[in-house]
Amino acid sequence: MSGAAPDSAGIDRLYAKLNAEAEKSGYHLNPDIEFTRSLVEGLLTNMCRYGYMACPCRLASGVRAQDLDIICPCDYRDPDLSEFGACYCALYVNTAILQGKQELKPVPERRGRKMVEKNQESMSTGGVTIKLSQPVWRCKVCGYLCGRGEPPEICPICKATKDRFERFV
Amino acid sequence: MARVTVPGVNKGNVMLFALSTCVWCGKTKKLLDEMGVAYTYEYVDLLAGKDRDAAVKEIMVWNPACSFPTLVLNNEKCIVGFKEDEIRQALA
Repeated sequence: MSGAAPDSAGIDRLYAKLNAEAEKSGYHLNPDIEFTRSLVEGLLTNMCRYGYMACPCRLASGVRAQDLDIICPCDYRDPDLSEFGACYCALYVNTAILQGKQELKPVPERRGRKMVEKNQESMSTGGVTIKLSQPVWRCKVCGYLCGRGEPPEICPICKATKDRFERFV
Repeated sequence: MARVTVPGVNKGNVMLFALSTCVWCGKTKKLLDEMGVAYTYEYVDLLAGKDRDAAVKEIMVWNPACSFPTLVLNNEKCIVGFKEDEIRQALA
């Protein structure tokens, strides 16, 4: 286990990279800079320890195959953003929280529970029925498709808003 | 890393299971410090092998999801997550 603390310049570099990528893709980092820098520091610590950026707010096993779902951005980020406005550790937040219109509250741990598949459906094509684990949403502007409980807040490709998505399948 | 006891006002047995990298755990620890209560904390991510297994087993009695922070009060009550109001109330 490495004891070296990530340096300030390294935290700044990763913060800037994550922030630029988030904004480019329709996501937002938590606007509380001190809070977010601490999370970024935790990501770097885990990178040193485990060789991958496990969520700083979860107990990683150290075995990549067992921790795949909690490597940031984790499998639970998008459903948590849809339901609670923030991901589990609150590195990512929705626009309402970004703008201070919604309060940031603790997000319950979704890991280990069966993922909600409320919109599970079957699709029939040419006599073949395919069972879908998630509905498919289509951005009516650019055609971007994604399979998840709800469409994203902002289309990561063309930046159209959530209400411009249609249920595709 | 072994358990660390922080001195303060005795409010019974206050045990905080935390991760050294977790910001919500840090907030919980800071709140307990501000409130001046005596507590013990353990950074479970800094434990290895049998020590870690034992800590995880202990946490799962209270919080099967084994999420952090898990705060166990007097071996009776468990508060999962940084719930400031609930923590203040329980340790008033």
